[in-house]
Amino acid sequence: MSAFAGFVAKEVRHILRDWQTLLILIGMPVSQVLLFGYAVRSDVRGIRVAFVEPAPDAATASIRARFTADGETFAVQGTVTHVDQLESRFRDGSVRQAVIFPPMFAQRLGAGERVPVQVVTDGSDPNSGGIMEADALAILRRWEAERLVGQVADVPQALRPARIDIATRMRFNPTLESVNLFVPGLVAYVLVIVSALMTAITIVREKEMGTMEMLLVSPLRPAQVVIGKLAPYVVLGFLDVILVLAVSQVVFHVPLRGSPLLLLIESLLYILTALSMGILISTSANTERVATLAALAGLMLPTLLLSGFIFPIAALPAPLRIISNVVPARWFVVIARGIMLKGAGFAELWRETLILASITAVFLIAGIRRLAVRLG
Amino acid sequence: MTGLADAAVWASALTKRFASTLAVDHVDFRVEPGELFGFIGPDGAGKSTLFRLLVTLYTPDEGEARVLGLDPVKDLWRLRRKIGYMPGRFSLYPDLSVAENLSFYASVFGTTVERQMATIEPIYRQLAPFAGRRASALSGGMKQKLALCCALVHDPEILFLDEPTTGVDAVSRREFWDLLARLREGGLTIVVSTPYMDEASRCDRVALIQHGRILRIDTPDAVCAAYPLPLLGVRGVDRLGMLDAMRMHPHAESVWPFGASLHFTDRRAGADPRQLASELREWLAARNIEVEVTPIDPTIEDAFMLLMSQQERAEVAAP
Repeated sequence: MSAFAGFVAKEVRHILRDWQTLLILIGMPVSQVLLFGYAVRSDVRGIRVAFVEPAPDAATASIRARFTADGETFAVQGTVTHVDQLESRFRDGSVRQAVIFPPMFAQRLGAGERVPVQVVTDGSDPNSGGIMEADALAILRRWEAERLVGQVADVPQALRPARIDIATRMRFNPTLESVNLFVPGLVAYVLVIVSALMTAITIVREKEMGTMEMLLVSPLRPAQVVIGKLAPYVVLGFLDVILVLAVSQVVFHVPLRGSPLLLLIESLLYILTALSMGILISTSANTERVATLAALAGLMLPTLLLSGFIFPIAALPAPLRIISNVVPARWFVVIARGIMLKGAGFAELWRETLILASITAVFLIAGIRRLAVRLG
Repeated sequence: MTGLADAAVWASALTKRFASTLAVDHVDFRVEPGELFGFIGPDGAGKSTLFRLLVTLYTPDEGEARVLGLDPVKDLWRLRRKIGYMPGRFSLYPDLSVAENLSFYASVFGTTVERQMATIEPIYRQLAPFAGRRASALSGGMKQKLALCCALVHDPEILFLDEPTTGVDAVSRREFWDLLARLREGGLTIVVSTPYMDEASRCDRVALIQHGRILRIDTPDAVCAAYPLPLLGVRGVDRLGMLDAMRMHPHAESVWPFGASLHFTDRRAGADPRQLASELREWLAARNIEVEVTPIDPTIEDAFMLLMSQQERAEVAAP
C-alpha cells in the first residue's frame, strides 16, 4: 500500500469509527431540508381575513366568495359592519387582514364611479405582511379585471373601461414557493458544515493529539496530508448533496429544470471550495476550539447571511454587498438556482463557475503552503 | 575517536532559542553507530528541543548537526525515511486499534507490518494479544510499547526516543529497557532521553544535560568513578534534623536526601572516607543525633547532582 493510500484508509477509519458524528453529518442535511421546507417557509398560508361591509351587496359578496374559494391561502373570519369592531381582534392576532368596503359598493361601481376598497394588513412581521398584502391585492385585481370584461355575474358592467391593468407574474417560481429558493442555499450551507468545519477540525486534531509530530517526521508530503484529509469528505459532501436534492425532489417537488449532471459537477466544485477553506483555517488554528469557532463565525454565518440564501443580495447595505463577492456560497447559490429553477446551462453560468474555481484555487494553494514542513 | 563521517550523530555548537530563552545552548556531542546513547536531565533541560532539532522538526539558530551523515535542515526528506522517532507526547491515534495504528505507520513508509515482522517481532509479541484493542484503552506501558513498535515498523537506521518511560510504572520501565537492549544487540543505534537517572546505567554512554547545556558525556561507570569527592551515606531516625544539621557542617559540599538515607559529600578531596565517616558520626552525636555513617560509591544521580549544583554556582558567579 502506498503512503497516500494508507493515509486515506486511516482517515476513512477515523470517520467510520466516530459514528455519532457521521450520523449527524448524514442526518443533518435531511432534517435541514425538512425544517426549511415545512417550518421556516416564508410563503403564508391560511391568512385570517375579515370583511368590513357597512351594507353587504352582490359585489361584496362576490369578492368575499373569491377569498373563501382560495381556502389554502385565506381563512375567512367573518364580516362586520365597522372597522373598529376588528381592533381587538387585530391586537390578539385572530385577524391579520381586513378588506374594507364603502357603503353602496355595487351601486357606485355600476355608476362607473371609482370606488375605494381598503386592505388593512397586520404589519408586525414585515415579511409576511408584504406577502399577505400581495395575496389580497391579487384577488381584488383579478376580480376587478374580470368585472370589466363582464365575466362577473350579477354585477353591472362598466360603461367604458379604460384603465391599465397591471399584471405581475413571478417567473421561474410562479407560486413563490420559498422551498424552491431555500434548497440551493441549503446545499451551500450544509456543505460548509460538512466540508469546511470537518476538515478544519480533522487537521487541528492531529496537532492537538501530538500525532502531527509523527506525520511531520514521516515521508508524507504536506500536499499528500491535505489531499488525504480531503478525499473522504469529498465523498461525504457529495453524498449529502444527493440526499438534499433527493429529499427536496421527493417531498417538496422542487424543480430541477437544468442538467442534473451540471448541478452535480458544480456541487463538486463547491465541495472543494468549502474543503479548501477548512484547510486554511486548520493550518492557522492550533486548537479544535479555535478551529470550530473560526469555521462557525468565519464561514457559516457569511454563508447564511451574505449568500442570498435568506436575505437577497440586493437588499444588503453596500459594504456587505461588496463583502458578499468573496463569499463562495453567494456564487454557488446563483449557480444552483440557475440550474434548478431557470434551467440555465454552463453557457449562462461560466462566469460564476470561474469565480468559484478561482477562489478554490487560491484557498487550496494558500492552505498547502501554510501547512508547515516542520514544527514551530 | 574516528572522523566525523563515521559518527551516527554529531552536533557542533548546536543552538536553539525560543524568544529570550536558550533551549539548547551550543551543544557538542557525537553518537557512535550501534551505541545506546542517553541524554539524562530534568524536565525543561532542553532534551525534547534537542531531539526535535535532530529529527528535522526544528531548525537550529546556530551550529549544525548530522544524523547518519545527513543534514536535518537540508536533507530532511532523505533523513525522514531513515529515522525512527518516538515523541515525548503520546502520539498514536486513540480511536484506532493497535493493529490499525501499526499498519498505518507501516504504510506511511511504504511497507507492511508483515514485511517488517523480523524487526518488530520482540515487541509485537507482547502487543499481539491486544491487536484489536483501541490504543486509548491500553495501559501506559503498553502504549509506550506500541509507540516504540510504530517508530520501528519501517526498519529505521537510527531510533530517537524522547522520554519513552515517563509516566510508566517501574516494571514496564524495566521491560522497555530490556527491549531497547535487545534492539541494540541487533546493531541499531538508539538515542534516548530520560529524566530518570537510574536508567542511565542501561546506556552505553550518557550525556548529562541541564539548562540546555551538556555538563558531561561519558560511560555511566566513568561518570560515577569521576566523582571527585568522598561520599558518605547517613542513616538515622530524624532525617529532617539530620539534614539541617549536616548542612551546617564546616566541610559539607552537599547533602541530599536519597531514598531512605542521606548522601553527604565532603569537601576534603582525597581524604580517607572511613576517617570522615567516623568524624561525621561523632560530630552529629555531639549534637544529640545518633546516626550510622558508611562510605558509599557514588551513583549517576550523585554525580549529576554535584555537576548541577556546581554549574548553578558558576552561573551565579558569572551569569
